[in-house]
Amino acid sequence: MKLDSKIPSGPLSEKWDNHKFKCKLVNPSNKRKYDVIIVGTGLAGASAAASLAELGYNVKTFCFQDSPRRAHSIAAQGGINAAKNYRNDGDSVYRLFYDTVKGGDYRAREANVHRLAQVSVNIIDQCVAQGVPFAREYGGLLDNRSFGGAQVSRTFYAKGQTGQQLLLGAYSAMNRMIGEGKIQSYTRHEMLEVVMVDGQARGIIARDLVTGEIERHSAHAVVLATGGYGNVFYLTTYARGSNATAIWRAHKKGAYFGNPCFTQIHPTCIPVSGDHQSKLTLMSESLRNDGRIWVPKQKGDTRKPVDIPESERDYYLERRYPSFGNLVPRDIASRAAKDICDNGYGVGNTGLAVYLDFSDVIKRTGEKAVEAKYGNLFDMYKQITGENPYKTPMMIYPAVHYTMGGLWVDYNLMTTIPGLYACGEANFSDHGANRLGASALMQGLADGYFVLPYTIGDYLSDVERTPIANDSPEFMDAEQKVKDRLQKLLNIKGKKTVHEFHRELGLLMWNHCGMGRTAEGLNAGIENIKKLRTDFWENLLVPGIEQELNQNLEKAGRVADFLELGELMMVDALNRNESCGGHFREEYQTPENEALRDDEGYAYVAAWEYKGDNQPHELHKEDLVFESVKLTQRSYK
Amino acid sequence: MSGNMNLTLKVWRQKNAKESGRFETYAAKGVSPDMSFLEMLDVVNEDLTKAAKDPIAFDHDCREGICGSCSMYINGRAHGPVKGVTACQLHMRSFADGETIIIEPWRAAAFPVIRDLIVDRQAFDKIQQAGGFVSVNTGSTPDANSIPVSKVNADEAFNSAACIGCGACVAACKNSSAMLFLSAKVSQYALLPQGRVEAKKRVMDMLKVHDDAGFGACTNTEACEAECPKGISVTNIARLNREYAAAMLVGE
Repeated sequence: MKLDSKIPSGPLSEKWDNHKFKCKLVNPSNKRKYDVIIVGTGLAGASAAASLAELGYNVKTFCFQDSPRRAHSIAAQGGINAAKNYRNDGDSVYRLFYDTVKGGDYRAREANVHRLAQVSVNIIDQCVAQGVPFAREYGGLLDNRSFGGAQVSRTFYAKGQTGQQLLLGAYSAMNRMIGEGKIQSYTRHEMLEVVMVDGQARGIIARDLVTGEIERHSAHAVVLATGGYGNVFYLTTYARGSNATAIWRAHKKGAYFGNPCFTQIHPTCIPVSGDHQSKLTLMSESLRNDGRIWVPKQKGDTRKPVDIPESERDYYLERRYPSFGNLVPRDIASRAAKDICDNGYGVGNTGLAVYLDFSDVIKRTGEKAVEAKYGNLFDMYKQITGENPYKTPMMIYPAVHYTMGGLWVDYNLMTTIPGLYACGEANFSDHGANRLGASALMQGLADGYFVLPYTIGDYLSDVERTPIANDSPEFMDAEQKVKDRLQKLLNIKGKKTVHEFHRELGLLMWNHCGMGRTAEGLNAGIENIKKLRTDFWENLLVPGIEQELNQNLEKAGRVADFLELGELMMVDALNRNESCGGHFREEYQTPENEALRDDEGYAYVAAWEYKGDNQPHELHKEDLVFESVKLTQRSYK
Repeated sequence: MSGNMNLTLKVWRQKNAKESGRFETYAAKGVSPDMSFLEMLDVVNEDLTKAAKDPIAFDHDCREGICGSCSMYINGRAHGPVKGVTACQLHMRSFADGETIIIEPWRAAAFPVIRDLIVDRQAFDKIQQAGGFVSVNTGSTPDANSIPVSKVNADEAFNSAACIGCGACVAACKNSSAMLFLSAKVSQYALLPQGRVEAKKRVMDMLKVHDDAGFGACTNTEACEAECPKGISVTNIARLNREYAAAMLVGE
């Protein structure tokens, strides 16, 4: 199949408006004859569900959590970008577009990113109208701050819990539609298969996680808004339940996977403390606005940080990148921390940590002002580590945080399966090879509130309005396959738990496909993951039965999918013989150890097609054409 | 394992909503003080799994104190002994070596047990569906800065909106009232001009669903505030009462 990104023609700034006008409409009285399934209820899923229901479509939402409000968007701390230019500091739609394309190291689609920047301003209006309590100034207007990778203050925020407030806004809009009977919300349900009828996505198979019952749900279109797949690394800032199962099963049904190796390692997380650890906690990037990152100039300096004089500290980000300093993009800050620790300057018990120091800002503005801005983050740090960041610097280290890769989608957010859409982090999206801070919330809500409601109508206008039967042979067959697979997992009756496999997989991915990648390491990783997958299907132990709440069984299905996806990530990383953004191949770097792109060879989206179990994937290339932005070596010096 | 604390756990085990439950005793050995409470349970569960026994089922997801999934009563207190944190952010350094720890699910008629420590909190969603929103469609909104909100009210609204919907307030209340949860939502909207338009209808509709779901009445014991991991204040309940009185007196 030839990839068609369906990017509209015409000047960049007019593409979206022209496209919206060309999208076919569905008559208001016909909208109620269409059913739409939305899987995942984070920012992208909840905003899409509410908006489509308001338009009049019948929406069914599915989430594995006990309430839509608990999706992991809730944990986003820092903020959401919008090109409002309320600060009069030179921001504009074009600048947000430009920063995002550049920040993504020129591996994103210009047209998508420009649309994202355009609708960013509407998102803030929408959220404020919903009653989202953004931070305000004394004049009663909205406050802004700057965020990693940007030199303007365009980030809107609600203390350190912007994600929760935006999600509760989208959830409240969903609730209104549930109350009106336009959304049916299925909670504690997990999607385990996409059902295809005549080559179109026409429904899903889901498991009721309380009773274990397998259910068939039909619809005229299916939207996957199931988030990213970073949990393939085991120790991450993701929620424990975050998984790739929905997108991976869709991939195996024919949806191409875009840029799977593009993962984001966030620079400011609380370091690992022991092998019992189940997750890593992020400390918002906003802390880099006021905190200064440093390590001792002398290797193995064991003095307390407060006892190390100014002259013996290396503020390495400020030294290496004088114009952006501590605000360089995430990929650069993370790699710099890894470099400095690999060279023996790291601090803490493990040597895998750097200091994030607030003493300057506390001296300058007082402890109270710092508390007002970051109080909840400081409390969280104290609770986890037992140390007081008002008195001693925080220790931080990079951790897996986001995946820029995901299901390949065209400009309409449709995957290569007709009728199947992917939005938010689940698609390969608008972030190229590196996402800028405060852009994930923006993209999730842009897709759900302002893109899908137009593009899905364009598709549905050509679809028969008759209800889709959920007992056709295609549905029955998909249901049986899901049941067989669950039984297969239960019947292995081996000796190793699913957590042991997951931990092993995570370590393997981190070592072979983490912050620094090499051809040699990736080749070895691919061999190792194949072995681990064989071991999994021979030695897994899942107690209990299918017809009950069985958390090990849920997790086993997810880890089985990660074991396949992890291999594709390494295949993609091996194919991409360049460094760009979060993808750092050690063979390809500049004399200053920065990522060295190969625009001649790799200015394309790698879209991988599944060809069958244990068969090599087929690579399809979508060439990235840059008409507005000139490709340069990113410089933040 | 990585630590040197040894603990005895008495954990509520219940196969499903229909069967009756009971306490089972487990030994948690080699616990590190740096573990979170849930990581300690992970260790116990790994041992149970390896012995092909059913692990202890509990709700959890973000493990950073914001999703509101975790819902356990630890030694007679919602989310355990430390003020202002959820069970996932409680660390074992808050317990003494050799201690016996009792772990139960939330106990409330409106939160029936699903399995072990997992309860059904859909009643919270239903309360919100009755009025926990501003009736505004996507797209039909004015510029964000066209509605100024005083910083004092905006900050107060944020404080109310910080509720994570975990249900600790209900579990801590002797009447199993959800008044702190409900009042926080009502307050957030009552404090903002966007929410004022529907304020009267909102408070009446949400209160009705609250009462119908089987939550009890508020008798001002304030245990909810003491146990709330996000510090939601009982002044929200006072505001709710004012909103309710105004709605009763004036009507629509």
